[in-house]
Order: sequence, then structure tokens, then C-alpha cells
Amino acid sequence: MSGSVKDFSEVNRGLSEENAVFEALRCMNCVRPTCMKGCPVCIDIPAFIQQIAERDFAGAAATLKKDNMLPAICGRVCPQESQCEGACILAKKEKPVAIGALERFVADWERKHGMTLPEIAPPSGKRVAVVGSGPAGLTAAAELARLGHTVTVFESLHEAGGVLTYGIPNFRLPKDIVRAEIEQVKALGVEIRLNHLVGRSVSTDELLSYDAVFLGTGAGLPYFMDIEGENLNGVYSANEFLTRVNLMHADCFPEFDTPVKRGCRVVVVGGGNVAMDAARVARRLGGEVTLVYRRRKEDLPARAVEVANAVAEGVQFVCCANPVRVIGEKTVEGVECVQMEMCDLDESGRPKPSCIEGSNFVIEADVFIEAIGQGPNPLLISMLPHLDRARRGNVVVDDDGMTTIDGVYAGGDVATGAATVIWAMGSAKKAAAAIDRHLRRE
Amino acid sequence: MYLVEEATQLADRVFQMWITAPQVARHARAGQFLIIRLDETGERVPLTISAVRGDQVRIIFMAVGKTTEHLSSMKKGDAISDVVGPLGTPSEIERYGTVVVIGGGVGIASTPIIAREAKEAGNHVIGIIGARNKDFLILEDEMTEICDELFITTDDGSKGVHGFASTVLDELCKNQKLDCVWIVGPAIMMKVTSAVTRPYGVKTFVSLNPIMVDGTGMCGSCRVTVGGETKFACVDGPEFDAHQVDFDELMSRQRTYTDEEKASLEHYHHGGCGCCGGDH
Repeated sequence: MSGSVKDFSEVNRGLSEENAVFEALRCMNCVRPTCMKGCPVCIDIPAFIQQIAERDFAGAAATLKKDNMLPAICGRVCPQESQCEGACILAKKEKPVAIGALERFVADWERKHGMTLPEIAPPSGKRVAVVGSGPAGLTAAAELARLGHTVTVFESLHEAGGVLTYGIPNFRLPKDIVRAEIEQVKALGVEIRLNHLVGRSVSTDELLSYDAVFLGTGAGLPYFMDIEGENLNGVYSANEFLTRVNLMHADCFPEFDTPVKRGCRVVVVGGGNVAMDAARVARRLGGEVTLVYRRRKEDLPARAVEVANAVAEGVQFVCCANPVRVIGEKTVEGVECVQMEMCDLDESGRPKPSCIEGSNFVIEADVFIEAIGQGPNPLLISMLPHLDRARRGNVVVDDDGMTTIDGVYAGGDVATGAATVIWAMGSAKKAAAAIDRHLRRE
Repeated sequence: MYLVEEATQLADRVFQMWITAPQVARHARAGQFLIIRLDETGERVPLTISAVRGDQVRIIFMAVGKTTEHLSSMKKGDAISDVVGPLGTPSEIERYGTVVVIGGGVGIASTPIIAREAKEAGNHVIGIIGARNKDFLILEDEMTEICDELFITTDDGSKGVHGFASTVLDELCKNQKLDCVWIVGPAIMMKVTSAVTRPYGVKTFVSLNPIMVDGTGMCGSCRVTVGGETKFACVDGPEFDAHQVDFDELMSRQRTYTDEEKASLEHYHHGGCGCCGGDH
């Protein structure tokens, strides 16, 4: 068993100062930097890397924060391989510059040596409500506060951070880092009202009385497979399983009051980052974990590094299979699966899986976790009159993030469907710029 | 932080508490609930909103597990770390005609706010409050004041009708036309009592209390089967058509953490004192 599977401390240990400078010196400082095109929030990557090379770590941090108030988070959870690093000129020849690791290094360095705030514009006198304090909400709030607007963030949980707090486990994203970056957003003057569920604790009229609104309510509605036995005890959505452990600290039960079924044998279904997170958390809780994915291993949508970590930590993969029934009397006893074969390519260019009749087999299990995706939480968005929604329930927005209600913008998973932290931040940043234009026009 | 303004004991192990929570009080309606988290290590526990006055909301609870035991020890001036709400969809209150509002045990806590709104909507309101014995009976005065008629039942006959709320409801169904019934109490009581109105085709609501975490539709812990479909009690409910609810599944799911709840209570009473070794 890998050593790291015994606890929840961070798996990736980050770069030392010397290694960071060494890595930064590899940067070619391209005249037309392709890396920046790969970044959804358009960080000035060459500039901050040059500052690291010159050992000006504080300067590098300031450069980063001009475009991104959550660099320690992004440095850890961004899929750099398919973004900045994937677009790095060196990626073609040898290894790309480790931009993600460098971003993380700078953010961590600044946190240890004292954080400084970016400039804040003079007060505009405008009030903006931000719904949700996940990556989209925090980014929109930070951008708008810097532009001089008075920002109130409404968060329904008792802790800010959204998926950064309840979803992504500590070993991938330590919570003290999330808290520190949220403190930075608050230091810009942003007020975060916890325990406020908009639509219930705050009426939609109250919400719409702000000069502008940003909806960053995320993809907080878990999908279930709709198979027999799904409501047996021991069946969790990944959202619930991760919330119990990450937000409510069920791994420390009974010191913390919230329990979770640890499971001797755990089956996780799904192939994304959330599935990997759930599987790796279940490993840390002591279970033998099998991850069932309906396509081939090479089709797994999770980041390669997360798959590799899951494998290293002892997660067993059963690919080309899909659960069809949960077996048990009152509690889960097993998961019946069927083998899948790959047929013609679908719209996404991936082979389409279809069941092989009669190939059913059972994996013994006492906990079954479904990580097959989430939709937008419909509570608030169904209460807003004239807000258009698309087929899957996502809020319809234009290129600026504007919804069909004047002055109401949306970004992140509620608008784009479940995606990554950085895409949520990118869309929030765009929407914040549009909100600023909207407010100054008025 | 949310201040405890008033804390009193109503019956054996049953407590009433007024808490200042303006954002909850301002919007609370009949049938809704709130979630509290007592402190840093606390769990999130859903409790019915029993009444509202100004900035304050009232909760009534029975001390049965770790959190409710801890809560029962709190006094005026103590602070609760988190209160979120109102949560859930409000009761579907209309002018139905004659409505019956039934509370069983600590479930009586939910009845005044429903009865009051039903009364204000122009209904003839009949209340039935039932408990194991007269010492467990709560809110009798309040319900007497709100309801047009009030029946009391006790399992042992120590007060009112000797029997269950279902006994009285059965008589009412036989003798008059009822238009809508609310039943709030333990799952088994709601199952048995709602079976009474089924043959009469009376619209009947029950307020379900499954295990919950966030209460906003995000985790799916509180899923219940209603009319063959999976619903989330936190946002689709907590009130549902009683005749469509799979009560057996609800009761089974409520028992998911029975062992853990015992361990948690044990830890609360003995944990950290070192008197029992802590290794068992």
C-alpha cells in the first residue's frame, strides 16, 4: 500500500525554491506565448515565470494575482496538461515548463511570507450580489470588488468555497489553502454571508434589488443511475460521500459528529475527477475499492495524474463495465454489472459503449458510490422569472455571461455544465468584466 | 453565531428553544425546516420550524442523540454556530374546507404553524395531538387556541382518547367530509395514520424526516420514493402525498447510522474524560 493512502495530507509536495528557479529558467520567454492562449483566465505566464527566474517571488505573486485571486488553488487542481502546459512550445520537443507547479510554488511562497493585495478601484457606489462561493462566485466577487463595487456573496453552507471545500479532498487541495485564498477575497472588501440559501433565506426580489447579480450556484444536483436498489443503505452520490468527509470530517468520527459508512468493499462508478476523488477517499477510509467505468481505461475523462494516483493507491479498475443493479436486503451487498463493448464513435468522438447481453457479473460491496455527474441545482434558477434554461437545465448565457434577465449574469457549472475549476473561473471573470461595463453604463 | 433567546423543557426529554435567526424568521412558512450545526465538530441536523416571532424562530426537539442532548444542555445566551433556513417547500395551504392537522409525539411541534396558516386561509381546522402518555403531550394550549376543534389521544389513556391519532381520524372520516389532512410524527405513525384516509380519498400530506446533510438538494442523502419516483425530501418536500410514500424504505434509510449514533452519544457522554479507557 502506498504510504499516502493512510492519511489525508497532500500527496503532491510541490517545488523547492531552487527547483522552482531551475524550472523557470527552462522557459523560452516566447515572443508570442502560446501558453497564455491555453489559460482560461489569461494569466501573464511568461512574466511571472521570468520573475521566478530572477528570484523575485513577491513580484511573481503580484503578477499572478492581477489575473487570478486563487493561484494556490489553480496551481493544484487545474488540468495544466491540456491547457497552459499543453500549449507550451517545449511540449512538442521535450517536457513543457511545469507552469502549474510554478504557479503553486509562488502562491505557497507568498502565503508563507505574507500576502499582499492587488489595487482596488475607488468605490463605484454599485451593489452586486453573488450567489455561491465556489470558484466562479469567488472569482466574480474578487474581480468586481477590485473594480470598486460593493459585493455580497451568499453561501448556503456553513463554510465558503463550494466544491473547493465540500468536493475536492484535502490530499489534492488542503483546506487551509482554500481558506487562506478566501480570506484574500474577503480582504478586498467582499462580504460573504454564510448560511444563506438564496431563494429561501433571501427572496428573489431581495436578490434582484441589487444593481447586478452573478449566479455561480454550480452543478450541485447529483445524478443517479436510476437502477434497482439505488436507495439501499450504503449507496451514496459522490457529492454526499465527499461532503461527509471533506466538509463534515466524517473521517474523524466520532470526534466530529457526522458519520459515513466506510465500507470494507467499495464500488465507485464513474470515470471523472470526482470518481477518482471518491475512490481515493474510500481507500483512505480503509476500503478495498473497485472503480467501474463503462468505456476503456484510455477514455477515462479524469486527469491522467489523478488516475495514476488512484492506481498507485490501490484502486482497482474495471473498465468496459456498467452497474445495472444494486443487490441487498436493507444494505448494499453487491453491485451487479454488465460488460460493455465499444461500438461506433459518438458525437464526442469517443466509442459508444453498449451492453453485452448475458455478460452480467457481481462485485461484492457494502458501499456503492455513484460519481456519474451532476446537473445545475434547480432551486434558485427555477424561481427566477424569465430566466431561460437549456435542455439539461443550465442557465442560458451569451458570450459575456449575461442571462435572459437584465443585470443577471451567470458563470461556472450552472451555465456551462459540469466542468473544471478553472473554466468556472474563466467564465466568471468574463462575466465580471461584463457586469462592470453594465454598471458603468447605467 | 445564532443566539439562544429562550430554552425551556416541555416534557420528559422534550425541549423548546427560541433562536435569533433573522434570515430564517423573515421568510419561514408552515411546513419548512431549518438546519443547525452546534459547533465546529457538529453535524448538520434538520429541525422543523415550529413558530416565528420577530427575528426569532422556535424549535422543539427530543433529546435522543448526541446533538439533541448537547442542544438540550444549552441555555439562554448560548450561541449556536450555524442556522440555515428556511428550507424545504412550504405546505400547500389553500382554502380546502375542513382540514385536520395531526401531530404525534414530538411531531406536534410542527402543527401550530400549519394549523394557524390553514385557519388564516379560511379553513375549519381540527387538531389531533397524540402522545404516549399525558407527560409527553406538548403545545396543548397553543393548539386549543388555534384550532376550531382539538382532540387529544394518549396510548395509555392517561389523557383524552385512549388510543392513537388514527383512532380519532377514523371516526372523523366516518362521520364527516374531510378535505385535507396533515400528519407529522414518527414514520411508523405517519404510515399507519395516513392509511386511514386512503379509502376515503382524502388529500393527505405527511412531513418526512429522512437523514439529511446539506438540505439544499446537493447530496441526495434524503432521497425518498414517492409514487415510484425518487424525490429529495429537502427540496421537493419535506411534505409529500402520504398515499404515495414508500414508508418502509424511509424507515430503513432512517436506520442507516443507528450504530454510529450510539457511538456518537457514547463519545459525547464519556469521550475525553479518560474514565473508560477509550479503546473499546
